[in-house]
Amino acid sequence: MAQLFHPSSNTVAKMVIAGGALGIPGLIGAGYAINMTYGYRVYHPIEQPVQFSHKHHTMDDGIDCRYCHVAVEKSTSAGIPDTHTCMSCHSQIWSDSPELAPVRASYTSGQPLNWNRVHDLPDFVYFNHSLHINNGVGCESCHGRIDQAPLAQKVHTFSMQWCLDCHRHPEKFLRPKEAVWTMGWKASDAGINPDTKKPYTQEELGSKLVKQYKIGHERQLTDCYTCHH
Amino acid sequence: MAAISPREIGRRLPSPVVDADETFDVLGAGNSLTTVTDRVSDVVLRDRLRPGWVLFLLFSLALLACMGVAAVYLFAMGVGIWGINNTVGWGFDIVNFVWWIGIGHAGTLISAILLLVHQNWRTSINRFAEAMTIFAVFCAGFFVLSHVGRHQYAYWLFPLPNSMGMWPQFRSPLEWDVFAVSTYATVSILFWYVGLIPDLATLRDRAIRPWIKKAYGIAALGWRGSNQHWHRYMAVYLILAGISTPLVLSVHSTISFDFAFSQVPGWHATIFPPYFVAGAVYAGFAMVLILAIPMREIFNLKDFITMRHLENMAKVMLATGIFVFYGYCMEAWTAYYSGNIYERFMAMNRAFGPYGWSYWGLIFCNGVVPWFLFIRKVRTNLTWLFIISVLVSIGMWLERFVIIIVSLTRTFLPSSWADFTPTGWDWLQYIGTFGLFFTCFLLFCRMLPVIAMAEMRELVHHESHHHGDAHSHLNGGHPNADLSGSDASVSAAHAS
Repeated sequence: MAQLFHPSSNTVAKMVIAGGALGIPGLIGAGYAINMTYGYRVYHPIEQPVQFSHKHHTMDDGIDCRYCHVAVEKSTSAGIPDTHTCMSCHSQIWSDSPELAPVRASYTSGQPLNWNRVHDLPDFVYFNHSLHINNGVGCESCHGRIDQAPLAQKVHTFSMQWCLDCHRHPEKFLRPKEAVWTMGWKASDAGINPDTKKPYTQEELGSKLVKQYKIGHERQLTDCYTCHH
Repeated sequence: MAAISPREIGRRLPSPVVDADETFDVLGAGNSLTTVTDRVSDVVLRDRLRPGWVLFLLFSLALLACMGVAAVYLFAMGVGIWGINNTVGWGFDIVNFVWWIGIGHAGTLISAILLLVHQNWRTSINRFAEAMTIFAVFCAGFFVLSHVGRHQYAYWLFPLPNSMGMWPQFRSPLEWDVFAVSTYATVSILFWYVGLIPDLATLRDRAIRPWIKKAYGIAALGWRGSNQHWHRYMAVYLILAGISTPLVLSVHSTISFDFAFSQVPGWHATIFPPYFVAGAVYAGFAMVLILAIPMREIFNLKDFITMRHLENMAKVMLATGIFVFYGYCMEAWTAYYSGNIYERFMAMNRAFGPYGWSYWGLIFCNGVVPWFLFIRKVRTNLTWLFIISVLVSIGMWLERFVIIIVSLTRTFLPSSWADFTPTGWDWLQYIGTFGLFFTCFLLFCRMLPVIAMAEMRELVHHESHHHGDAHSHLNGGHPNADLSGSDASVSAAHAS
């Protein structure tokens, strides 16, 4: 009787087994990796009506975050500035720049500029800016070096896991209230730790701040209803 | 006086009148190594399509289509199409899930426990009982998948890396259930498949058409029947039997925790794990009988699935049925003796509440009917055995209905009481899973050997050489070397 299978079938069979053993976990891993990068559109600037540069306005001009995002300390939303805020300067400078034509059009027509949201959380998540700002979470902690960004883009995934990284271990990220607006802040900037006589580490400072801000036990920060009311 | 073996006593008892072609031995007379292989493999390779089989398959496919329609509508619309409400959050989905998963337990018990305790009568029924297990787990899996509501997120049940930074709640019995059922499915499929390998090789060697030969050849994983192959096969089979054995007890225990760990009166009972396991084996043997009785007729397998097998299964059903009835008695007794008003109310509500019919139906099917199996004439009458098996299946379904749904309709707060009425979709989905089950089973009957040929050949060998010994096939595989290996490699090592 002729052989049913060519001897190479043995190799094929082994390849199939190896492929399954490596391929299935590989696919899950690849799916996870793709989701965490492309899936969340990190480092992906979004088309905007005006090519607004945070870098130019904060680094070059030294404007405080709160000049435009007026509600950030008091409200859930940081607030997108109205056209009047833009025109408080741009009626005087760059007043005929073609880049700013949409701003002037908005000013004359009264129709607000239609900015596209960069950090878009799902609607079932309730995020409160004022709560974070007043408890020592820096702008930079979430938005990265926005002061160096010509075009606004996400530098973190803003996934649930990323939120929980901080909610589970707030001491790793907290900073003193006066440093909330500072870009490039480090724990050692907070001075000498009286206990160790050395510059503060994030762990030491963070643990102190957790107590100082009366941030509850981890369970309170990670209960479902903390964010999903 | 010489000691008489129990088997001998069985022989000396007057046998009830049965058809001339029936026997109370584990194997019909006049079977040799060749006839076993011929008769079983011919069902797959030589038999023509029987009209009964085709009609039943078409009917099953129609039911399967019902399940498909119900599934698509469910996935599109969500679980609101069912009769569940705020009070009764677990309806037919969980009733059917527990029912189907319970049915599977007979297969595992037959394949694993009866193997380890050297019961030679398991040999001819283990293959299709294991197949039944797997198909029942498919049906149960469908209800679990239906039940999660947001079906696209069903994979959240598993601890996979995800962007939420969340893991399943490992302290919840519902999560244990995920592992219990998925382990059960995996081990059952592996056990079944490993057992099939020598038989697949036999089919490969006996098939005529090249593509059929190739198909069975691929599935047989290059089995040559060599000494080394048999050695490894035996080792793996025994290990898998060892792994499966605790599963018979653990899977349904875990499922009972889904209820027992909660506070609902009627669920919160320590008797649940053993009571559920006994119920599962009981329902499972009923289903094995429902399948075996017509199958042995249709495919002419009376010599292999003999009256002995049917009677033994009826005995297992009788024993586990009494266990289950003890559970019902204990539930009522605990309710009375605890003095707890909620427990007492629960017991009264079950028997005399709006769903009283389901409780009395259950008591009839599981508390009265099995006692008739004490009568040998009933146990050996195929018609009665079939009817009793059907009643037992209905009874076990009612048991889950009573436990799950009736308990939920009346919990602690009278203001949250509500009734449950199943919708058409509930029924369609339940009936539809019979389509899945029977379609799989009918295809299995025609595509794979319904009886483990290699193990049967060993049984023939033992029956002819050491009549009366209950040797397991694990003691040696030599009769198979003659038949299951491809002709090029018949192993001389086994002919020793």
